[in-house]
Amino acid sequence: MSSVTSSPPARMSQQAGQQTQAAGRQPPVLRVEDLRIRFPVNNGLDTVKAVDGVDFEVRQGETFGVIGESGSGKTTIGRALVCLLQPTSGRILHDGVDPATLSRSAFRKRRRDYQIIFQDPNAALNPRMTILDSVMEPLWAAGEGDDASRRRAATEALVRVGLPPEAGERYPHQLSGGQKQRVNIARVLTLRPRMIVCDEVVAALDVSIRGDVLNLFADLQREFGLTYVFITHDISVVSHISDRIAVTYLGRFMELGPADAVTEKPLHPYTQALLSAEPVPLPSNMRVNRRIMLEGEIPSPVSPPSGCRFRTRCPSAQARCASEEPAWRELRPDHWVACHFATPEGPPPPNG
Amino acid sequence: MTDIPAKLSFAPGNADHLTGRGSMATGHASASRPVTGATPLLEVRDLSTAFLTSNGELPITRQISFSINAGERVGLVGESGCGKSVTGLSLMRLLPPHTARITGQAHLAGQDLMALSARQMRAVRGRDVAMIFQEPMSALDPVFTVGEQIAEAYRVHFPVSRAEARQRAIAALVEVGIPAPEQRYDEYPHQLSGGMRQRVMIAMALICEPKLIIADEPTTALDVTIQAQITDLLRSLSERTGAALIFITHDLGVVAETCTRMITMYAGEIVEDAPVDDVLTRPRHPYTSGLLRSLPGLSARRGVLPSIPGRVPSPGRMPDGCRFRERCGHAMAGCEREQTLLPMAADHVARCWRARDLRLPGSVNDMAADSPVAHNLAVAAGEIRP
Repeated sequence: MSSVTSSPPARMSQQAGQQTQAAGRQPPVLRVEDLRIRFPVNNGLDTVKAVDGVDFEVRQGETFGVIGESGSGKTTIGRALVCLLQPTSGRILHDGVDPATLSRSAFRKRRRDYQIIFQDPNAALNPRMTILDSVMEPLWAAGEGDDASRRRAATEALVRVGLPPEAGERYPHQLSGGQKQRVNIARVLTLRPRMIVCDEVVAALDVSIRGDVLNLFADLQREFGLTYVFITHDISVVSHISDRIAVTYLGRFMELGPADAVTEKPLHPYTQALLSAEPVPLPSNMRVNRRIMLEGEIPSPVSPPSGCRFRTRCPSAQARCASEEPAWRELRPDHWVACHFATPEGPPPPNG
Repeated sequence: MTDIPAKLSFAPGNADHLTGRGSMATGHASASRPVTGATPLLEVRDLSTAFLTSNGELPITRQISFSINAGERVGLVGESGCGKSVTGLSLMRLLPPHTARITGQAHLAGQDLMALSARQMRAVRGRDVAMIFQEPMSALDPVFTVGEQIAEAYRVHFPVSRAEARQRAIAALVEVGIPAPEQRYDEYPHQLSGGMRQRVMIAMALICEPKLIIADEPTTALDVTIQAQITDLLRSLSERTGAALIFITHDLGVVAETCTRMITMYAGEIVEDAPVDDVLTRPRHPYTSGLLRSLPGLSARRGVLPSIPGRVPSPGRMPDGCRFRERCGHAMAGCEREQTLLPMAADHVARCWRARDLRLPGSVNDMAADSPVAHNLAVAAGEIRP
């Protein structure tokens, strides 16, 4: 349905780079190749390019952070990773297998390995089901065990996420937001998935319990060797939990690299601006006043700007940025950026 | 505000609103904020709000007392359910009388807002004190243009022609940084982005040049780059016009960057009130300290995040004395006694018996050396190269 619009050199370099990375390592849990997802709007007159050419892989046991503002396509990517949305073009490989090519029953078997936890813990639980029934449901859907063994596994999962076994008899409205999110974690845990997409999983929680839930994710990862794709708009959360971070803007990656490099020595002007916009709870004498104020707002994904999508708000934009889409370049080991003017030293200086 | 009545169950027949008016004797001793020379712009004394439910009165906030000087920007922080929004709505008298009972006083420039009739309050609301809500889309009327809605806010209070109100509204749009204001005036809310809608709400709040603006989570629904624009705008407008600001938020970073003072609320009470820099450096209440320590940016990357155990007690089942004691690592015998806001310094009060002898970590002294924030500070100080 869609045509490939990105410039060929950009795509080729991106793929070539990932092949060298993959060599000599375990096969990636997840591999995404030129993913594009479009939605018709306006009675089919226009198309929202929610994801518009994204390549990456997620390695066994890592936490892959995806950060971006609203409209950047991060949630759409997350849903596509667990087959809740079909790619318009491009491929998603689970352990090297494209689930779109599988038969219905083979797909069902494999699907349990790739799970997702959503932002709103209330909306994700059926208010008319007890907590235990909700936690047992995925096992039932996967056709695993009998009722007694499912009950046992669900109770174990509840205890593992820090809830008392009696919580299973309650209904969602009797639990706090943090407890409900623990229930949602227990639900996917029963399936022993290989990878979990976490879509803004702590955004709805209060600060004082957010830490607890993030600690739980880290513990479970160590215990079960889980792989996470952690999608959030919160820079402090993503930089705390991730091994690598991808920065999205209008359906494309602007930067991808190790978490500390991306947050401490970013290469892309957008990453730099995003980091500087994060409010810091420090007294005024310790605050570093180097905020880069971005003009305007994220443009419409129906008609993204030509060339580099960030150029309309970029403090360093040049004429070339409008005419040519930046190549995806590995400027530091394992650290990629889509900017014509970035160097291994960092982003280009602002104009004027 | 629209969701507030939905949270309540209605208790028809009990419409005896504001019966507590005047019951607090003048010179009440619990107003423990030290007296400064100038008369404050807003002086809130023992403001308590209870929701009227089918099971009787449910106390939500208890004896809120604080004062704000002209031009001051005060962050009102706390977690969901602590009563910060209810305090804002109570000050605006926006809680329906048949669902909420408010007692206590709130003097704005000498006039007790709680003692005003509904009609008198309408003359003050929007004129002397204005409010900005979290969700601009639900606060704006979808069937009127944004310009008309801003102009209406002015025409309610000033007898001007439509043409003049339009000019005023366009000037207000300019002031809040909306490009092509004459064109935007005739657009409807759905044609604007979230950030633009929030600017419209700010223009509406500003147009009568109120003495006090109450902003309830004005940036929570916005992206971080837009949040930076809006907090900058609020700060510079308050500096330029001298309007005082009550900034209700759960984000301590936003308070640090926008406000001069921070009031921490917990379970319906004020637990600490201090200048922002003081409280970030040395919080006196264990809850404030716990909130600061929970922030991921201040912890070592991939390390264990500190958190506050337990949960907030629910309204109607509050423990005696300190309401935080069941979750507090410093609780001792005696904490179940009635607590008051104790003075710590000239402009710093805390509701904790142990506030004087405890040395609690703030955002500065508890920061892990390998946290992202510490790294950025070291870069800025020239200790390491970026």
